[in-house]
Amino acid sequence: MNDLATLQQQIFNKFSQLKNKEDLENLRIEVLGKKGSVSKLFQDLATIDKDKKKEFASQLNILKSKILEEFNKYSSKFGQDELEKKLHSETIDVTLPTPKKPQGKIHPVSQVIDELTCIFAELGFSVAEGPDIENEYNNFTALNTPPNHPARDMHDTFYLDENKQTLLRTHTSPVQIRTMLNDKPPFKIIAPGRTYRCDSDQTHTPMFHQLEGLYVDKNVTMADLRGCLDYFLKKFFEVDQIKMRFRPSHFPFTEPSAEVDIGYEIKDGKITIGQGDKWLEILGCGMVHPNVLKNAKVDSRKYQGYAFGVGIDRLAMLKYGINDLRSFFESDVRWLEHFGFNANDVPSNYRGLAR
Amino acid sequence: MNITLAWLKKYLRTKSTTEQIAEKLTSIGLEVESISSAKSNLSNFKVCKIIKAIKHPEADKLKICDVNIGDGKITKVVCGASNARNGLTTVYASPGTVIPKNGMKLSVAKIRGVESFGMLCSESELNLTEESDGIIELKNKQNVGDNFFKENLDPMIDISITPNRSDCLGVRGIARDLAACGEGTFVEEKLEKIKINSKKIIKVEIEKESGCFQFGSCFIEGVVNKESPDWLKRHLESVGQKSISAIVDITNYIMLDMNRPLHAYDADKISNKIIVRKSQKGETFQALDGKKYTLSNNSCVIADDSKILGLGGILGGELSGTEMNTTNVVIEAASFDPISITKSSKELGIITDAKYRFERGVDPNSLEEGLIKSAKLIQEICGGKIGKINIAGSSTYKQRKINFILSNFKKLIGFEISKADSIKILEKLGFKVKDKKTSLELIVPSFRPDINQEVDIIEELIRIKGYNNIPLSEPNRAVLKPALNYQQKIFHYTQRSIASIGYLETVTWSFSNSKIDDFFSEKKLRLANPISSELDTLRTSIFSNLLIHSKNNVDRDCKNFMLFEIGPVFYGNQSGQQNTIAAGIRLGNKIEKTWTEKTIKTSAFDVKSDILHILMDLGFDEKKLVIESKTNQSFHPGRSGAVHLGSNKGPLLGCFGELNPIILNQLGLENYSICGFELYLDNITEPKKKHKDARSAYVVSKFQVVERDFAFIVSKDIKASQLISLIKSCEPQLIISIDIFDVYEGSNIEQGKKSIALNVKMQSMEKTLDEKTIEDVSQKIISSVQSSTGGTLRSS
Repeated sequence: MNDLATLQQQIFNKFSQLKNKEDLENLRIEVLGKKGSVSKLFQDLATIDKDKKKEFASQLNILKSKILEEFNKYSSKFGQDELEKKLHSETIDVTLPTPKKPQGKIHPVSQVIDELTCIFAELGFSVAEGPDIENEYNNFTALNTPPNHPARDMHDTFYLDENKQTLLRTHTSPVQIRTMLNDKPPFKIIAPGRTYRCDSDQTHTPMFHQLEGLYVDKNVTMADLRGCLDYFLKKFFEVDQIKMRFRPSHFPFTEPSAEVDIGYEIKDGKITIGQGDKWLEILGCGMVHPNVLKNAKVDSRKYQGYAFGVGIDRLAMLKYGINDLRSFFESDVRWLEHFGFNANDVPSNYRGLAR
Repeated sequence: MNITLAWLKKYLRTKSTTEQIAEKLTSIGLEVESISSAKSNLSNFKVCKIIKAIKHPEADKLKICDVNIGDGKITKVVCGASNARNGLTTVYASPGTVIPKNGMKLSVAKIRGVESFGMLCSESELNLTEESDGIIELKNKQNVGDNFFKENLDPMIDISITPNRSDCLGVRGIARDLAACGEGTFVEEKLEKIKINSKKIIKVEIEKESGCFQFGSCFIEGVVNKESPDWLKRHLESVGQKSISAIVDITNYIMLDMNRPLHAYDADKISNKIIVRKSQKGETFQALDGKKYTLSNNSCVIADDSKILGLGGILGGELSGTEMNTTNVVIEAASFDPISITKSSKELGIITDAKYRFERGVDPNSLEEGLIKSAKLIQEICGGKIGKINIAGSSTYKQRKINFILSNFKKLIGFEISKADSIKILEKLGFKVKDKKTSLELIVPSFRPDINQEVDIIEELIRIKGYNNIPLSEPNRAVLKPALNYQQKIFHYTQRSIASIGYLETVTWSFSNSKIDDFFSEKKLRLANPISSELDTLRTSIFSNLLIHSKNNVDRDCKNFMLFEIGPVFYGNQSGQQNTIAAGIRLGNKIEKTWTEKTIKTSAFDVKSDILHILMDLGFDEKKLVIESKTNQSFHPGRSGAVHLGSNKGPLLGCFGELNPIILNQLGLENYSICGFELYLDNITEPKKKHKDARSAYVVSKFQVVERDFAFIVSKDIKASQLISLIKSCEPQLIISIDIFDVYEGSNIEQGKKSIALNVKMQSMEKTLDEKTIEDVSQKIISSVQSSTGGTLRSS
């Protein structure tokens, strides 16, 4: 018995001196090989007295399993060491640059149109559209601006024919007419789109974008108009309060008409919208003129409502600090990369207008 | 419209400052654009002191003076006056000043080699006295730098008057509006009386359809025309008007005062009588502006027996105007058809104050008042005897009555206005008001052509009451329709999808340069009045602008980019003849050389991959997209493809490929292999099934996938798609995918042939495929390719 205990002690001592996989293999041969010290004891079993044999065999098996256990322990330890060494030798320089994936962008005008659509969709407006080429009736006459009306002079119109019958729409307001002629009241639409005026300088481009709003129902009032615009401006500029001023003005297609100014201030060269004692003209609006309703075959005794028009490019400039209107349309890829929006930044009511 | 507080005070009793008035004006819809000092020439004359005067080295009679003009610097002025001496206080005029005596404008000049900045003035040069001997000598008490002329002009308020408010093109109208909103009290005038002391009268005939309704005139004989008195000059100059002569100034003054344009004729230049008629085609007219106009048969002219005296309501004639030596005057106050005025002024390209006013509306009842006021002023200033006022023609003016139901204010605006308030405001605005309990019966004043119906009354009330009294209602969120329709959603998805694969979105004009755009279509959709020759046509393709801007980017050294636009292109010049298209281009290399990769040029297959990716993003099943090689002239004829839905006869969804090198050459872009795609969004129609119902059942096999590779040598003109559909048709149930992994032409392959290597995956829904089945399918593929295309299996 004592012999076995000594043997175990000797073998275990050898384990603790092992350095690598080869040593381990040598020890295995020395102990469990054909002629190994433990294997030999198994062979000796045959010569032991029957009464002691059972006892000894059992002791021997325990010893063997202890040794095997130790073997496995060392085997996996040395395996691990080796793997670690191998992995270490495989190190790469992770600071090496990677090929660039092209990063697409959405143009600020498109992004702002989506923001506006999101805001107004929450208020129940749907998007309506109209063609870029309009006839003079929809663009002017139906909007209570008959031929020779002085207000026509305020629109530098692009014409497609010498008789001035077809033109590029000077505003999105003809969409009001088309919408009302094609459907039955009530109407609650916004119409974003391209508009054109024959004008080009630092602050005017021959093409620009407008968003038209129209809400016609039985009891829509100017107070509703104010409420709607207050909501819209706060949401759009992402502020809790906005200083807003309605100023009487004149548009042939609305009566009463108003221009809307919002307060702003410039601090350290940065513009803050919604507060401050300076005023910024931001949009035109009013109650749809009864003549317009009549021209659009809507009963003006039963229905009334409001309309507004806002410059989309200007909104984008104000919100995103873009100073030069002309740069919107120059397709300079550096500009597009700088001011563009990630394709994933889709304005939504639950995720918010912007990050 | 320019006004001053001083002028306003003629009609308005107020203690407010210019700034307070300006704020009020803006709040009632008379938007103040600016407050500024009218640049009066007189303010250019400053009190100065000669510090040092030395003899000009090149001229005996000239002196070089160092002058202190009060700006802390020394100004050098060359002066010929004998009394110019050290320490003299005198009057200095800066460069740019007009010298009253001779009308000369000063500039910086070199006098005998010495630069002179302005001039020191004599009394005669300033029209003060005839004294021209030497410069003015002032007392030393005067402050250097002060204005020499003590008439500091009132600040000028520039108001932008909306086209409807013609009444506010006169100071009186503005005063009335201010008084209505509680800013001061309006000073009502009584119609003045004049003493008729001349029998002279000019005969006036108005022909039918002349464009003139009424023509009022007043003959004043024996006047002495002269320079205007100071008060008149000052009024005009303070609003930026030039003073001409007393008679002309008086007519201008009345026009600005009460929006009543007048014209003064030299009566001696009128032959016999005045005839108001339509012009005859080809007639010429020598106008006051020094130009000669050839008329059509459309203009309303004021003529006599032999000539045209003036264009009615637009511009006077040179041959009939008053001059300093005029002794007999005829004043005209007329009423013209605004449409006729608009037409002829547009035709002739003339813009005048009178035209502007008549277009917008002049009080038809103001003829007599205008004549009386002007005659009286002329008599006061120029003397003379006034003849009887003669008004020819008949007024077309009809008094308008409007019934205003008080409750309709609240119905439209959202809050109530009291009857008392309404009456007060409307009366102050000049309405005659009759109280009918729940409504007001109103007579519209003749100077308000813009008020025609009840809503105009509501507008007046809220305008004066103040827009900021309108409450803010909580927005009504009722939804009437979904926010976007299918087509709009497709637009949106397409836009985001293209950006998501790396394209930068741009927005370009809907018009383009015909020199480029004409390459894309036979259609020539020219603008009648383009803003420039480079933007002269409606675009028929988005590529035209994308390429023009690509060239600009290349010139800015950006030579590797992906650009797209989504928007309209046009196929006709009628309303609605437009399509919505998304187009993208890739310029430069697909992959730039890096430490891991070699440079790879962009090819048609990159844009093919893009367009398919986008279409799949839009929900299309790739299996239903059919690629054809026939495209349009935008593309390289041999390196472009079209994507149809369902079959090659199905809707055309898009095209892709290398852009046509002929067009690229035109732009100097031939060295950049530019590839692009177009998507025709209007051809994408709403599927019958909604997305939630359109998904097929989820069926997958649990058995093993088996792969086999094949390489065929086929004729060069066999298309990959042919081969794939052929193989698929051999065993449509078992073959789950076919991928081409090699295409080769060249050595070892017979001329006119190519080798295509494919990987075919097979899988059964029912069992694991056994060796025999696989072998059978393989044989079937080989024999099918052989019999249909003549292709042979490539021996390895």
